[in-house]
Amino acid sequence: MRFVLKTDYHRDSGLFRDRVQFSWYAALFIFVLCLPIVSGTYVESQLTTVFMWSIAGAGLMILVGYTGLISLGHAAFLSVGAYTHAIMLDLGVPMFVSIPLAMVLCSALGVVVSIAALRMTGIYLAIATLAFAMIVEKIVKNWSAVTGGNAGFKVAPPELFGWELDSTAYYYFCLLVLTVVMLCVSNLLRAPTGRAFIAVRDSEISAQAMGINLLKTKALAFAVSAALTGLAGTLLGYQWHYLFPDSFSMLTSIQLLMLVIIGGLGSMSGVVFGAIFITLLPDGIATVREWLPDSIGNLPGLEPLTFGFLLILVLIFEPLGINGRWQKMRLFFSQFPLYRNKTLKRQKSFLRTERVH
Amino acid sequence: MFEVVRLSKHFGGVTAVNEVSFSVNEGEIFSIMGPNGAGKTTVLNLVSRFYDVDEGTIQFAGEDITHAPPHEIARRGIARTFQNIELFERETVLQNLLIAQYIHRKTNIFSDLLFLPRVRRQEAQSRRFLEDIIDLLQLQRYREQQIHSLPFGVRKLVELARALCLKPKLLLLDEPSSGLNPEETEDLSFWIEDINKELGVTILMVEHDMNLIGQVSNRVLVLASGQPIALGTPVEVKDHPDVISAYLGT
Repeated sequence: MRFVLKTDYHRDSGLFRDRVQFSWYAALFIFVLCLPIVSGTYVESQLTTVFMWSIAGAGLMILVGYTGLISLGHAAFLSVGAYTHAIMLDLGVPMFVSIPLAMVLCSALGVVVSIAALRMTGIYLAIATLAFAMIVEKIVKNWSAVTGGNAGFKVAPPELFGWELDSTAYYYFCLLVLTVVMLCVSNLLRAPTGRAFIAVRDSEISAQAMGINLLKTKALAFAVSAALTGLAGTLLGYQWHYLFPDSFSMLTSIQLLMLVIIGGLGSMSGVVFGAIFITLLPDGIATVREWLPDSIGNLPGLEPLTFGFLLILVLIFEPLGINGRWQKMRLFFSQFPLYRNKTLKRQKSFLRTERVH
Repeated sequence: MFEVVRLSKHFGGVTAVNEVSFSVNEGEIFSIMGPNGAGKTTVLNLVSRFYDVDEGTIQFAGEDITHAPPHEIARRGIARTFQNIELFERETVLQNLLIAQYIHRKTNIFSDLLFLPRVRRQEAQSRRFLEDIIDLLQLQRYREQQIHSLPFGVRKLVELARALCLKPKLLLLDEPSSGLNPEETEDLSFWIEDINKELGVTILMVEHDMNLIGQVSNRVLVLASGQPIALGTPVEVKDHPDVISAYLGT
């Protein structure tokens, strides 16, 4: 086991716990930096997808994992981001202008949704966001003069300062964006704003007693979350080349929600774990399909079924997701012969709804 | 400095608090006591604006706060603790205390996103300030521990510390001794006196424990079924015939 000796107050607000942790992250960064040199295009494009889902997941994680608000409609922000960006590209706006503009539009939309939705909590909020997503989907489908409707909308290839990005360059571009997003979100979470999010998640009544304005904080969380999800949308548009209203359906929203839950609520590394999982699972299912007898292997609903089944398993056996499991494994090895099974067992406590103030 | 005039609160047909008036002087330790269901906690919840006031006014530091939103209360210098503890369970003690620095922040979301040097400086300053409170309540060894792994008595202390980190002028304590054993209650009475003397914080306390009240408070208000029945020093109140009958029945 390692103990960190703290000699000044800045150690408590550092991004990394100590040098060892920093070196691990640096090593990981160098690894993904060098990977395209040795790997084929398949791995490269899969990883690009992981990066993009991670960005979207980071957006949703702020909302679900850190502010404790459920959203079943985040595909709408993906869609608005992607379409706004594609339409602006079509009008000749350069990428480094259109991406920020799409993010601003998304966050404004997030604030509007939050004003309407935040007077509700829990399941009611989930339903309200779901309704919002459906409205956006219908608008995108029917406003064909702007969005192309069901015929789809072509996304111009990524171009930065007159230089067209090929798939490897695009990989690095997404990696850069992801790194910036992760840094910004981690910054937010170690500063007062992020702490206010967490306070709202853990006890609204206490947060109010601490002088935190609930509505404002929740609206802020919605804005940040929508902006990041919109950013992911703009990047996904490039990857998909064509945008269709059906690419941003309710299933996408649920997939995003699964990403943050399976990854591990309340952790940014969980976002990346979740994104890897979401990206690899369809391939995994495709492989398994081949081994299965035809009668089962060709069932059309196999993918959503597996998703749903895994989600239930995770919620029952590892509510903290892949990240929670990973932390437990690390603790096991760091304390090796002394690890006790009950170490992380929590005392049974009342659910919040059962508590009376 | 703090004054409540003819405060009333009804829940449906039940009158929880009926025309209660009292005032707390600066530097005082003022207690509210009474049998179960007397409306003590309701008074605190009205003051911290979790409940809407039906009738009457609340004044603090020369300003009317009867209709201020709940998150404004902390900013005006009133902090509170809860009877059943409302800490942020999954966070460490340090994180819990840092949240109390939120109202004193001078940065906004954009500087937070980039963690600009002034955010970094502000964080270090907040940490430095917390250390004073941690020293005062001797919480040093719990700094990095998560709340759900702490014993109940320590959690109560952490909640007290968190309220103090708001740098309040008036501290509302909701049954600070509930769930504590006699020894911890004894310690608590010393903390309360320290907070009152060293930090100059005025204290308004709702309490059951007559010993604790007798040890620390300057004046006591006794409530029964929402009605004020006696007000005076602990000794005066203890022998008041209405108080005895309210507790023992007539």
